[in-house]
Amino acid sequence: MILPTQFTALRDELLLLDDWEDKYRAIIDLGRALEPMSPALKTAATKVPGCSSQVWVYAQPHEHGGLHFTGDSDAHIVKGLVALLLSLIQNRTPDDILALDPRAELASLGLASHLSPTRTNGFAAMAERVRALARQAQQGAL
Amino acid sequence: MSSRSARLDFPVFSANPKLVYLDNGATAQKPISVIDAIARAYAIDYATVHRGVYARSQHMTEAYEAARVAVAKFINADEKEIIFVRGATEAINLVAQSWGRTFLKAGDEVVLTELEHHSNIVPWQLLRDQIGIVLKFIPINGEGDLDYDAAKQIISEGTRLVSIAHVSNVLGTVIDLPRIFSMAKAVGAKTFVDGCQSAPRMVIDVKALDCDFYTFSGHKLYGPTGIGVLYGKYDVLATMPPYHGGGAMIETVSFERSTFLPPPLRFEAGTPHIVGVLGLHAAVDYVCEIGMANIAKHEAHLLAKTRDTLRLFNSVRVLGPEHGSGAVSFVMECVHPHDIGTILDEDSINIRAGHHCAQPLMDVLGVPATARVSFGVYNTADDIDRLGSAMEKVVRIFR
Repeated sequence: MILPTQFTALRDELLLLDDWEDKYRAIIDLGRALEPMSPALKTAATKVPGCSSQVWVYAQPHEHGGLHFTGDSDAHIVKGLVALLLSLIQNRTPDDILALDPRAELASLGLASHLSPTRTNGFAAMAERVRALARQAQQGAL
Repeated sequence: MSSRSARLDFPVFSANPKLVYLDNGATAQKPISVIDAIARAYAIDYATVHRGVYARSQHMTEAYEAARVAVAKFINADEKEIIFVRGATEAINLVAQSWGRTFLKAGDEVVLTELEHHSNIVPWQLLRDQIGIVLKFIPINGEGDLDYDAAKQIISEGTRLVSIAHVSNVLGTVIDLPRIFSMAKAVGAKTFVDGCQSAPRMVIDVKALDCDFYTFSGHKLYGPTGIGVLYGKYDVLATMPPYHGGGAMIETVSFERSTFLPPPLRFEAGTPHIVGVLGLHAAVDYVCEIGMANIAKHEAHLLAKTRDTLRLFNSVRVLGPEHGSGAVSFVMECVHPHDIGTILDEDSINIRAGHHCAQPLMDVLGVPATARVSFGVYNTADDIDRLGSAMEKVVRIFR
């Protein structure tokens, strides 16, 4: 599986940073650069449960059978994690998305304790939502 | 008191020397004396209570009842007025279902406040849905204190019970209970105090308060989880039917009917949390040895220092009254409490970020969540300095 250059570039940058403050800053900056999500899309249906801050993820069909995602969170760090997740899957096909293991990719970044995939930052819940959306798209139900 | 020496009583800090634990409003760490009492009860003295013919069980029963005496003394009650429960949540449900279903009818009013924890809201909502009582809420003002003028209007002829937190778990607001109780007594209403945040940090005298019920949880008082206390005036408890049925609470049982023991055993069905009760006794002894007045003074000092420290940050808004107890809540411009809690934890500083099981209060304050710092006997001025330095990092990172 070839990873998108946006993600691999970020991984290279993060691996160069020694200081955990800098790593957080990089994640937060990623969130700040995230494509804005229309408030109209922040509904009960797009809200991801299981996160201690609010998280929304929405998918719509894109060209060449891909899926285009938008997402947001009211917490900066979690929004950075949303951006990180979307950088892995943006505009890819459902088959490609389901072949990925986002939690393993996050673990490969060597981030501080709170940004690890096992912590309750909601990353697991977001990754599960994205997979569910990809499965829906496979069944033509998106 | 010297908090440095209190810190030595808690093994968690020798195991984690960098830990700054400031989530005491949620639950407190355990001193070695409590851990030893639990270990000794299971390892050496263990037996059932109230039914053994053998000496081991009789000794355990004596220890169990000695805990009841110690708890009664701790809040200046009579020992037959002390019921052991799982925690404050169970105590409130017990009173709602036993007293409430017996003495309330459709249209009767139960008065709460906007400061309440979910545990003092939901049991009354369940009762409302069962029998049609009416719930009313005393509002808070801009300073996070109760609006006592509004209380005077709300507590009225239809009020049968006023159930109220002594200290807000979010804002640290200390309620002027005598003022509220004089309003309640004027209309003949019963009174219930949720003492979860007051029992660990101030002298409690239920006789002087003259409340009908008072409850607190063991785990916030440096004791075990799964054990708590319901105090009730004996004359009131004696009129109440059992909450749970089972062994240990009966006088006689036939297939047709049963008769029940008087309080407190009437309300302690089944094998109780024997070891939890012994652990709670050790916890009560621990705080009494330090002295509740000393704990109150120590925490007041930390609370003032925390407010002063947080106020140095332009983007921080400190909520609640200046002279509260136990906790300081704050919010930060453009930074979610979850973000603050996450960064502080990288420096081993544990605080609470969220709605604190008080979502209606969050709505009143107009915030989705707050960051909360809450204190215990082992916290030091150095802990608050560490909080201040870590907050500087938060400001740097989210700039």
